[in-house]
Amino acid sequence: MTRYLLRRVWYMLITLFIIATFSFFLMKILPGSPLQAEDKLTEEQKEIILEKYGLNDPIPVQYAKYLGGLVKGDLGVSFKFDNTPVTTILFDRIGPSALLGFQALVIGSILGILLGLMASIFRNSPIDFSSTIIAVIGTSIPSFVFAGLLQYVFAVKLGWFPVALWGTPAHTILPTIALAIHPMATAARFTRTEMVEVLHSNYIITARAKGVAESGIILKHGLRNALIPLITVLGPMAVGLMTGSMVIEQIFAIPGIGEQFVTSVMVNDYPTIMGTTLLFAFGFIVIILIIDLLYGLIDPRIRLAGGK
Amino acid sequence: MKKKYAWLLALSLVLSMFLAACSGGEKETADNDKKPADKDEPKVEQVLNFVNGDTIPSMDPGMVTDEYGIQFTSAIMEGLYRLDESGKSVEGMATKHEVSEDGKTWTFTLREDAKWSNGDPVTANDFVFSWRRAVDPNQGSEYGPYMMGGVIKNATAVNKGEVPLDQLGVKADGDYTLVVELENPTPYFESLTTFATFFPLNEKFVTEKGDTYATSADTLLSNGPFKFSSWTSTANEWELVKNPDYWDAKTVKLEKMTYVVVKEAQTAVDLYEKGEVDRAGLSSDLVDTYSTHDDYTVQPDNSVFYIKMNQTKNPALKNVNLRKAISRAFDKQALVDEILNNGSIVANGLVPKDFVPTPDGKDFRDASGDLVKFDVKEAQKFWEEAKKELGTDTVSVEFLGGDNDVSKMMNQYLANQLSTNLPGLKVTLKEVPFEQRLELDTAMDYDMQFAGWGPDFLDPYTFMNLWLTDGGNNQMGYSNPEYDKLINETATTLAQDTEARFDNFLKAEKILFEDAAIAPVYQRAGALLVSPKVQGVFTNQFGPTYEYKWASVGAEE
Repeated sequence: MTRYLLRRVWYMLITLFIIATFSFFLMKILPGSPLQAEDKLTEEQKEIILEKYGLNDPIPVQYAKYLGGLVKGDLGVSFKFDNTPVTTILFDRIGPSALLGFQALVIGSILGILLGLMASIFRNSPIDFSSTIIAVIGTSIPSFVFAGLLQYVFAVKLGWFPVALWGTPAHTILPTIALAIHPMATAARFTRTEMVEVLHSNYIITARAKGVAESGIILKHGLRNALIPLITVLGPMAVGLMTGSMVIEQIFAIPGIGEQFVTSVMVNDYPTIMGTTLLFAFGFIVIILIIDLLYGLIDPRIRLAGGK
Repeated sequence: MKKKYAWLLALSLVLSMFLAACSGGEKETADNDKKPADKDEPKVEQVLNFVNGDTIPSMDPGMVTDEYGIQFTSAIMEGLYRLDESGKSVEGMATKHEVSEDGKTWTFTLREDAKWSNGDPVTANDFVFSWRRAVDPNQGSEYGPYMMGGVIKNATAVNKGEVPLDQLGVKADGDYTLVVELENPTPYFESLTTFATFFPLNEKFVTEKGDTYATSADTLLSNGPFKFSSWTSTANEWELVKNPDYWDAKTVKLEKMTYVVVKEAQTAVDLYEKGEVDRAGLSSDLVDTYSTHDDYTVQPDNSVFYIKMNQTKNPALKNVNLRKAISRAFDKQALVDEILNNGSIVANGLVPKDFVPTPDGKDFRDASGDLVKFDVKEAQKFWEEAKKELGTDTVSVEFLGGDNDVSKMMNQYLANQLSTNLPGLKVTLKEVPFEQRLELDTAMDYDMQFAGWGPDFLDPYTFMNLWLTDGGNNQMGYSNPEYDKLINETATTLAQDTEARFDNFLKAEKILFEDAAIAPVYQRAGALLVSPKVQGVFTNQFGPTYEYKWASVGAEE
């Protein structure tokens, strides 16, 4: 197990390195420069400033310098926020996004699994049909439409929740729901399909024949096996949710990282773009590792490291 | 059967507990919200709540370039002068100044009762330190070399590192006299001293804070009407409170302003309707819904937008009759009414309306008049001549424009107007992001380009110098020695003679449109909802969007 983990961490580092390299060079292809008064400065004035920030060096040199800093855990200083380290920006911004994403994931997947379960148990009943309809709506309508609707109905018209902004748990409710709809729909669809299939398999029939209680069959033998494909899709979705949705954050005026990331790309804030990309990549890699470990827990037939 | 699904019930219970936790939180806020309700008392609380379109990336007056940095440095700091409601400079850190005979030496007398918020006096050395820092090549300021270059003696040379910092034309003569030497007599220098780049800095404090200077409320000093009670460079909400140490604190009525970042116009409007904020900007799609709202106002802006016609790439655009035809061939009124729909007005010249008055008190725009209007008949007349001179029936041009939603609509509209009203003119669109447009502009790699300019100081020169033959923003091969002569005179030989200067500006603007160098389109404005209780907040002609020094909260309705 330890060896397996060590090997995985090594692969993770290599992956991060490759991602850092790719995004660095891709980012340099972006048109423009981090200068904000670009239309006003003369070429000579621009040169003096770019020189000061080391942006006149050949790109491979800039790349080497960046990697050098990265090894020391230094993500650099933002170009947009004068003198503010990128790590400060990331720490300030990741909190709200991660909280919303986490809540949305928990609510979305629990509701989705419940919905899917009911649909599979009461197959071809009205419950099943409504669950399918909810799932289709949830997957096909983009979350910002829900966000706008929720905001209009529950905040502006009914006044039950704050319209926008950040601070109290109440502020998280509408954005969480808006974000949760997509994972809910996905979870519902996967759970239903998998459950229907699993409930027809031989070991379920065996269990039934042995007189295992129906709840035991569904929970212990059915759901557990049906969860495998669901976890595969929920993992990356979790990262997507927790790293923030620009649109939802913008609609509810939430100081999250998703929106920050888009802004940094718009103004060519190179260190912030790199820092955020690496943070997202890191999140993905860790989640993938966790999923691999979870597989083993949920289904002992899947063995790690192929060993004994 | 009941028991079988007990686990389902259990799961639902867990979920409802979660929801209960959330709704508990909601009650808490409801209670918080009640507190400000005490303000039903007769005395009005001097507090205003605003939304801000983005974070404030920098509060270092030497480094700011963006709208918000300029806005908030101007609220918490003050330069030699401050602009009042009519755009006149009034006392700030300086009480008066004298200009030498040749107009090149300005001697400012500073007030002795001005203090920084740490108790230090504001002295002439604070200006010397700050201005040197702004052009120091090691500082990397963008506006420093831009605003000071060619204005303050040696600013450009210092920025290039050719002469040492202390050669910059600014000296302290004792603690309260500041002597500024200029490259040329600069009539608009007074208005420049109100701009953030020219604010003073407390040398000891700034040096001590080093790289952390101006990254949070604790690493900032205030010498203006307000100061931060909370702020960091990445903060999403902040508060400004009245600065009791400000020399003119008795004039400042407002006790507090709160800000929160909201980027979505619809969200800002919703918050406005809930009474949580006192002002909200409207995007053009919201104007139709809210234009009948009691609090609807239009706020003019001094940015002007026009079509640049590059004479170096497409040979046809060298033809003055073609350029004249193009300048007259599109309906600007329909564009501002239908596409922009936010109070923007048609531009028929270069210098914007209500920007500067001429010496006899008329608005510059009125004095200069409509120099190029939409007129299909006349456009077609010029078009016929152009075709004859070019010896062809069809001309193809590329139109370079922005790529956001509103820009795209404008580009398509303009292209359509041009090709409909000038049969035989083929217009192809090229829509690119802002950065890329600037690159193409610098490389002069375009035929026609939709562009704009906002003023950097209070003088027509800020718009007119763009089209000098060697102007950094000309980038379209326009050159007219007569125009160059008239404009250069306003900054040299005639600099001291206001009337003659404005004569030159008026003449030069006529030449610009006789040459049809550019085709003016519109002057921007913004549509807003502003609560009637917001009083005494006015918009500046340049620099910070709003001036709050004289603001107050009136009784609601």
